[in-house]
Amino acid sequence: MAWRDSRTGRGKLLLFSFSIVLGVAALTAIGSLRRNLQDAIEQQAKSLLGADLVINSRDAFTPEQELWLQGLGGQQSREVSFASMLYLPRTGSTRLVQVRALGGGFPFYGGMEADPPAAANFRRSGGALVEDSLLRQYQATAGDELKIGKLTTRIAGALRKVPGETIAMSAIAPRVYISLEDLPKTGLLQEASLARYRTYFKFDAGVDVPKLITRIQPELKKFRFSASTVEERKRELGRSLENLYGFLNLAGFVALLLGGVGVASAIFVHVKQKLGTVAILRCLGASISQTFWVYLAQGIALGLIGTMLGAGLGVAIQGALPRVLADFIPFDYQFHVMWLPVARAALTGFVICFLFALLPLLSVRRVSPLAVLRSSVESESKRRDPWRWATGACLGLCVFGFAMTQSQNRWVGLWFAIGVGVAFAALAITAKLLIWTTRWCVPHQFPYTVRQGIANLNRPNNRTLLVLLALGLGTFQMTTMYLVQHSLLREFIVGTGPRQPNAVLFDIQGAQLQQVTKIVQSEHLPILDETPLISMRLSSVKGNAVDQILGNTNRTRGHTWAYRREYRSTYSDHLRDGEKIVAGKWIPQVTNAAESIPISLEQGIARDLHVGLGDELGFDVQGVPISTRIASLREVEWRRIQPNFFVVFPRGVLESAPAMHVIVTHVASADQSARLQREVIQEFPNVSAIDLTLVVQSIDSILRKIAFVIRFLAMFTVATGVLVMITALLTSRYQRLQECVLLRALGASRGQILRILGIEYCCLGLLAGLTGTLLATLAAWALARFVFHTGFTPAAAGILVPLLSVPALTLITGFLISRGALKQPPLSMLRSE
Amino acid sequence: MYGRTVNSSAILEARDLTKSYPTVNGPLVVLHEVSFALRPGSTCAIVGPSGSGKSTLIGLCAGMDLPTTGEVSLDGASLGALDEDGRARIRCEKVGFVFQIFQLIPTLTALENVMVPLELRGQRNAQPQAEVLLGKVGLGDRLTHYPAQLSGGEQQRVALARAFIHSPKILFADEPTGNLDADTGRMIIETLFALNQEAGTALVLVTHDNELAKRAQQIIRLKGGRIVDGN
Repeated sequence: MAWRDSRTGRGKLLLFSFSIVLGVAALTAIGSLRRNLQDAIEQQAKSLLGADLVINSRDAFTPEQELWLQGLGGQQSREVSFASMLYLPRTGSTRLVQVRALGGGFPFYGGMEADPPAAANFRRSGGALVEDSLLRQYQATAGDELKIGKLTTRIAGALRKVPGETIAMSAIAPRVYISLEDLPKTGLLQEASLARYRTYFKFDAGVDVPKLITRIQPELKKFRFSASTVEERKRELGRSLENLYGFLNLAGFVALLLGGVGVASAIFVHVKQKLGTVAILRCLGASISQTFWVYLAQGIALGLIGTMLGAGLGVAIQGALPRVLADFIPFDYQFHVMWLPVARAALTGFVICFLFALLPLLSVRRVSPLAVLRSSVESESKRRDPWRWATGACLGLCVFGFAMTQSQNRWVGLWFAIGVGVAFAALAITAKLLIWTTRWCVPHQFPYTVRQGIANLNRPNNRTLLVLLALGLGTFQMTTMYLVQHSLLREFIVGTGPRQPNAVLFDIQGAQLQQVTKIVQSEHLPILDETPLISMRLSSVKGNAVDQILGNTNRTRGHTWAYRREYRSTYSDHLRDGEKIVAGKWIPQVTNAAESIPISLEQGIARDLHVGLGDELGFDVQGVPISTRIASLREVEWRRIQPNFFVVFPRGVLESAPAMHVIVTHVASADQSARLQREVIQEFPNVSAIDLTLVVQSIDSILRKIAFVIRFLAMFTVATGVLVMITALLTSRYQRLQECVLLRALGASRGQILRILGIEYCCLGLLAGLTGTLLATLAAWALARFVFHTGFTPAAAGILVPLLSVPALTLITGFLISRGALKQPPLSMLRSE
Repeated sequence: MYGRTVNSSAILEARDLTKSYPTVNGPLVVLHEVSFALRPGSTCAIVGPSGSGKSTLIGLCAGMDLPTTGEVSLDGASLGALDEDGRARIRCEKVGFVFQIFQLIPTLTALENVMVPLELRGQRNAQPQAEVLLGKVGLGDRLTHYPAQLSGGEQQRVALARAFIHSPKILFADEPTGNLDADTGRMIIETLFALNQEAGTALVLVTHDNELAKRAQQIIRLKGGRIVDGN
């Protein structure tokens, strides 16, 4: 009976099932990706680190440490990495890069990818291996000459991949590999230079690395070393990929939920059209359950078709995901169809579709046989149906359960479920409010076509709520992404005014300061800031030695970084722009350096160190112990483009300590910036320069990549939204055609009909765009404020584009669906029914 | 052929109307060279068995479709020479129509349905006129009801009010009592003729009821798409 009954509406039922196709497809593709990545991590575990063990230090290894490292055995490889300027004489370009001086056989597992492949042997054949993106940027090629500090060498080739590292982060500081033997020739590593020192180990098969780590723990603490192992890397990578997977899956799930709403609405209309048939069946003696099962079977078939189509599409598109995520996954992997995740996604899709379909189907049980005699008989009892409540509760539990299983953090899952509920509810409430407003607030002075178009939004059987939900949710997702991206970027926007800093010269030695200043001034550039930097380490906190504190993990409470880090502090007799004293008193100068020095500490680092006003801190300033007390706590506006400091000393203490200097200036153009960098670097190769405009471009490119991934997933929601909108408009098509033809029979012109339809679709699109954008603005504000802790800056384009494009999309879709209304001769009304 | 003479003062004149539809077995001729004329303010009944072409004829006369051959002139305007918007303008200004199955717009209230013809003409004072007219047909207390909330008789009275609100020169009624009980049907017919008398609107009525047809000044009998009696 279900099959026979569907005879006239199979095409429509098939179309309804499309609503969930994209949601299921997204879940299928993401599920398969997860399994493929898990397999790849297992298979390539060792090549993710390139070694069995890595020991890191922020200081050059002392002879004692060298001896100890040698004693650990195995094959060893050394690396020193630091930031410096790269100069390409052929093009005259300069760029801040991450120099990595590598010696030994690293990577022991996996390999570096280079173009040409022979360039990976740069340690033997000489030359430098340079980040591919950098070569493209400056149109440099293998064989070109390059200068790093005092070292002049040639480009051996382009660096494509290093085991365990993603391409995305290299955008800010491109990597340049040179041989460790060439490092002294650069002449760049000075006493206070910032560099990282690594030793890579490859052990014989019998060595138990985790046990070794436990055994050497005391030495690691003593030398302030950190260690990375394959297991740890696997865990870290697994965790971050699980987070990525969870995030992608939740984004796909939104598309599925929206599809579910579309299915519910389509089934609602389908059931409404079938009420007569149900009543006839009941009159002929069919039981409630028999009639219910006729339509439930159709609902199940619809769910199965949608699920199968979605799973098939998911398998087909999963090949695209690796390309979308290529910059974020630090290893190669083969893509295979994983049937378990496909089955899991299909099951999720089917359950969600079934529950959404069940909600309107339940009303079939309440159709009275009397409806045969009079169609206006109330077909559904006004009594509350416990089954409806139970289905709703199941649906809520499913959403909640899915969110909880997809997120590593239960709170994230809870917030996602709440967020989805709030977004749906907000869109629904807005739609209801707007319907109410259009009902009561349309002036009678408006032309008839305008009033009729607007009134269609609140007429019986209108699709306002559904279209608003369908388009609003997609708009919300896409716009939120854009606005958050814009707000984050605004944090880095460099001022364009002549007194706004946009270029920084750093690592200037004391003896070079005067000459560098002269070069800057000879270019007629302003010295906006000149600050000394003195490297120091924390030696004691409140009278307790840092080594002792680090030995007691309870006391550090996880913030070992604050105790172990190298502090680059300054001295000043005044507060800088963007700094504010929040506690204590600012001391500009001291006369007696022998006493405990009153310093100013940034409030965040004070929290991490668990110290407050009056507490004693001991510093080791390049071998000289200095005892200090916290005289004030400062709030620092870190996002300001200027050197910012955790610790500021008063004048009269550090003037004679070896210092590096930073000069901040403003360059008017990219050419001027390049000229300044060239002149400074040619004379002082150790000095580095940052063109902040370039940094902003780099951050922008990373954010664009992240946004692209999110938009790719959001597109599933948008496409589902369009499908649901099409379904919604199609389900009301008959009514619309009937109205249009009748209006034409009564004398309405083609233009009048077009205006009525146009105004209705335009209003629908505008309201959906407006609601989605409003919600997105709120969400982006909340994300910026509470998650990213930055200011929110609304973007005109982010708001205007959806406000224009969503109505246009609705208008086009609406007209395409209603085009038959204008072709139908009015005479057909006489023959209908 | 009956009614071949052309009356220059006619409100409606049909000349040699033929309407055929293409089918797989060749063209299906529904109307065959039908001609007649109607004076302003007069009444005419079109009668005939099912499938004789009554509804097609009335639809062609009202400008809702074009004949395959032949010509319809309505209040001096040749409908064939007009495009669809031109014919829509004629319908809007000069024609009223009452359908057998009421054909109210389901998403509009009774009052809004009645207002439509005036609103399409851009008239601003549609509401008071519609209220008066609905009061006249006994539905003054059902203004805000949707069609689904009205009985068949009530819906047809709303349709009558809608047909008369813009004071058309000619009113077409396609079996207006076909879906109504005898009492309600009688009431509708009385209202139709009363409004015809009051406003001087020409009335073209399609009906199966011979008694009702006798009330019209002119009767056209159709059979197999041809006029068999045009007195």
